Amino acid sequence: MIFISDNLYTYLILAVFLLIVGIYGLIQHKTFIGMLVSTELILNGAGINFMAFNRFLAPDPATGQVITLFIMGIAAAEAAIVVSFIIAVFRKYHSIDPDDLIELQG
Amino acid sequence: MTFYQYIAEGLFLVFVLLIIAGSFITIRARILMHTVLGLAVALLGVAGIYFYLGSMFLTLMQILIYVGAVCIVLIFGIMVGSTPTEIAEKTIKDRKNIFLAVSAAAAAFFLLMISILKTEWIAAPAQVRDFSARHLGESFLYQYCLAFELISVILLIAIVGAIILARGGQENKGEPSS
Repeated sequence: MIFISDNLYTYLILAVFLLIVGIYGLIQHKTFIGMLVSTELILNGAGINFMAFNRFLAPDPATGQVITLFIMGIAAAEAAIVVSFIIAVFRKYHSIDPDDLIELQG
Repeated sequence: MTFYQYIAEGLFLVFVLLIIAGSFITIRARILMHTVLGLAVALLGVAGIYFYLGSMFLTLMQILIYVGAVCIVLIFGIMVGSTPTEIAEKTIKDRKNIFLAVSAAAAAFFLLMISILKTEWIAAPAQVRDFSARHLGESFLYQYCLAFELISVILLIAIVGAIILARGGQENKGEPSS
């Protein structure tokens, strides 16, 4: 009897699932918030991948945890920046729909 | 396989289901606020997955940083970026590029599945099984010291940049910036 929670492929397929859902959402969402949410899903897929390799393949189990914590830090910084963008854009255009920002469109 | 191992496997499947359900809510929700709540559910599932991968510390950090901080920041963004009446019924009107989205996701899926299944994964010969926070902290302060300092600088720059960006809009209106 093989455990599904003790198998590298389970985690890799889960990470692929998060990545493709993120890519799908990133393309079809029409709002800044929706695109940011999809980006978070992609970053979490990367985190699961790092942790799975860390658990099953790496010689030192600290490496993957460190990289996953870095991913979390980058994601937090990115979320703060994007929300401040949203505030600035909303002040100027009174909308957070990316299709309303047409000033640079030829 | 004992009774407790069955329970552990069942709990693992529950976390996987949380991820799948949360992701589908995220991409299919009609109301923008539900998108963020779906993200929170999916991130809780990811926290459970981290627990099964042996890291208690990362489970707690996932719940604290992602489910706690990032989702709150996103909800804050929705509330600031909408007029009060919009928040409740701010729906996603039409979806663009469904065909492009499906084909890009399918291409990524097949490419990655092929590379996952074709690769022969080889474990390291000698593995240390020390997932403790103490070991993690030591490698933060010795092996990854430079990256650790750099990420703190990045967070500082992000916070200062966010404040400047969010305040800059006031000056555009000609109001005195206080």
